[in-house]
This record gives sequence, structure tokens and C-alpha cells, in this order.
Amino acid sequence: MLTKRIIPCLDIKDGRTVKGVNFLELRDAGDPVELAQRYSEEGADELVFLDITATLEKRKTLVELVTRIAKHINIPFTVGGGIKTVDEIEELLKAGADKVSLNSSIVRDPDLINRASDAFGAQAIVAAVDAKKMNGSWNVFVKGGTEGTGLDALKWMKEVENRGAGEILLTSMDRDGTKSGFDLELLKKVNSMVSIPVIASGGAGTIQHCIDAVQLANSDAVLAASIFHFKEIEISDLKSEMANNQISVRI
Amino acid sequence: MIALIKYKAGNIASVSNALDRLEADYFLAETPEQLDSADGVIFPGVGHAWSAMESLKENGIDEWLKKTKKPVLGICVGMQLLFESSSEGNTIGLGVIPGSLAKFDESKAKVPHMGWNTFSKKSEHPLLKGIDSSEFLYFVHSYYAPDNEFAVASCDYINPFIAVVAKDNYFGVQFHPEKSGATGAKILKNFLDFVYQN
Repeated sequence: MLTKRIIPCLDIKDGRTVKGVNFLELRDAGDPVELAQRYSEEGADELVFLDITATLEKRKTLVELVTRIAKHINIPFTVGGGIKTVDEIEELLKAGADKVSLNSSIVRDPDLINRASDAFGAQAIVAAVDAKKMNGSWNVFVKGGTEGTGLDALKWMKEVENRGAGEILLTSMDRDGTKSGFDLELLKKVNSMVSIPVIASGGAGTIQHCIDAVQLANSDAVLAASIFHFKEIEISDLKSEMANNQISVRI
Repeated sequence: MIALIKYKAGNIASVSNALDRLEADYFLAETPEQLDSADGVIFPGVGHAWSAMESLKENGIDEWLKKTKKPVLGICVGMQLLFESSSEGNTIGLGVIPGSLAKFDESKAKVPHMGWNTFSKKSEHPLLKGIDSSEFLYFVHSYYAPDNEFAVASCDYINPFIAVVAKDNYFGVQFHPEKSGATGAKILKNFLDFVYQN
């Protein structure tokens, strides 16, 4: 039986892990490779590294980091944050990343999904979608959730699938950082509409929230950052509780 | 020495990192001449079957693979290309194992089959030494090899399909051992042991 995946997300700045609440009060949380190894040993099924560095040196540091992660980690990982071109994707995949996550760049240039998917296969291309509910529907936001695009999130997710994305990383901007649970209504709609895997993100605060994202909203994977960083929930506890709830997980 | 085939569709970094972690002796091979000096061959592959097959042909590696008697381990698309054909781009494969790849039915469940799954062993094989059916492997693929007599282990997602295949000197795994944690490392190690014991 295919298991549901638990995916810790690590925010990276200048090659280091940072922890903060809603990107505020960032503090250094150590070496990403060490933290990644810890998560991997604790039972994480995959990892996502999100680079929030905003300097010109960014790309070089990120490629070096990906190379180092790939040497030490023996589970799949995704890297995201400001990736704009097929060449950049190629560089990161060659350095050892399994997938890249694309967000703002595919809104500006949707054909990037087609080009990247044709070049590297759909399995390597994750479409990250930041959605915010407005007047009864969900809009796509970019630039870390600061800029609205006017795109309807559900239509956009159907489009990324049609263009060749292999997976969707869906973050609810309304729930992100609130620990009040995932946006189940949105997840349910997306999961019944697309036929590629969907990673639920934004709002994880308790084990029950994660169970709901999978059981009530049919998500294929659950992503969270702070609950794992601050050890509010141990991955092993989360997984055994999911198993107790008849969810198939890798233990 | 193990040769790791380097061509456009290979996920060289992941497999070579996994071999480094096992402290294996290996080299990257891009031509039939280089492959001639190997004791065993790892044939990785990601992406589209048709483009993988085309880039394999560029240096004549396809013909070398069809003729070799050395142990060959195909991984993911590498495994898929050992079969006769794939409906992905109507690709003609190496044909060293009978069978044709088909696409999972998207109307039944999410495609690609992406994530950790278990397999059931159909026979004992050196590749699966010390691995039991409760262990998880990481899969990511949209096309599958229908179960047949050469399946050593099969997996079930939407329908049963081949997870591990073996015929003569050709072995293939649909999952990514290089990304499957300790279990995957054990399978790679089993292949290395098999190569050096034979």
C-alpha cells in the first residue's frame, strides 16, 4: 500500500537553516545537513528545502548546499525558492536534488512547467501554489504570499497539472503560521480535481490536523515546518498516531 | 569495478552518492569501451523513456547492453528500458526482458505513483537478500511493467506490477534504491556483493 508522506520543510538563508514565525524574528537554527539527517533518522519520508536568501550570491550557495545534502541524505528531497529557468533547474537536479519546487516563476512564465517537465520528467517538477481565500474562492499569491495575482487557485492547479507538473505543494496563506489546521475545504476540492499528488501545507498545529488533511481531504502528503523544528510534534509520534487511525505510513 | 552508466537521462548524482556511502569502487562510463572493463554495470534512469533510450543510443551503449553477459542493474527508467517496449512515446526498449510498459490508469488513483511502498517477494533472489516484505522503498513512476514470470517481487498500486525483475544477467528495480534509506542501500550492496562473488 502506498503510504502517506510526512515532509518537514527547512527554511534556508545564506546556506543555514533559519527558524522564525512567519518569516519574522529569524534566528539561526544550524546546519541544514545536520537537521536534515536528524529528520531522516526520525522517519521523515521526504524533505523540502526552501531558500529564502535574497542576495545575488544565492544560487551558488544553494547549489553547494544541495550538493552537500545529496551526499548525506538517502531519502528524496525537493529544493525551492526563486528558481526561474530550465538551466537553474538542471544545475540543482545535477547537484542531486530530486525535485524542484517552482512558485512565482511559473505564474509569470507558465510555459516553464512544460519546458522543465519535458526536459527532466514530471516527477522532478513540483508546482508550489500559495492560495488565499477571497470572497468565497481562492486566489494565487506570489512572492512569499505578499502579492496577489488575480488567478483562481483551482483553475491554476488544473493548469499546472495539464502543463506537466508531477506534484502540487499547496499552501494556504490563511492558515500558514496559525497552527489552526489545514484548509480542508480547499484541499478536498483540489484532491478531487487533479490526478497528481498533492502536498498539504499551511496550518499544521496538532497530530489531528495532519490526520484530517489525509483522511478528510485525501491529501497525499503533509508538510510542516515549525511543529517539527520546535519539536512540538515528533515525527515518530505523528506516524504512529496516523497508523492507529488506519492511515498507511512508513514506520 | 562497477561502471555507472553516464548519459543524459541518468540521475548520476544520487546513485554515485549512494555508492560513495557504501564505499564502493565504481567509475562513470560513457562508452562501450569503458563498459568493457567493468565487472558489473548500474544503469540508472529518470524522465521520459523515449529520450532516455535516444541518449543511450548516442554512444552505442544500447547495443553493448543488449549483448553483455555482465551483471546489469537497471534502476527506474533504466529498469523499464530492459523490457521490449513502453507506451511512453512508443519507445522500443532493449528487449532483454519480455514485456511492455503501460501507463497507470489516472482515473483510478493519483499518477505518478509517488512515495514509499512495500513489495511482495515472488522468489528468493540475491538482490533481495536480507530484505523482507515489510520494508519500504521509494517509487516515482507513471508507467509500469505488468507482472510476468521474470518478476522477483511485485508491488500493487492501481494494479499489480513488477517491482524487481531478473532474467539471466539482467536485474531491474522500479523503485529508487539510492533514495530508499537503509533498505535501498542494502539492495545496492547486495548487487555489489553479487557482482564480486561471480
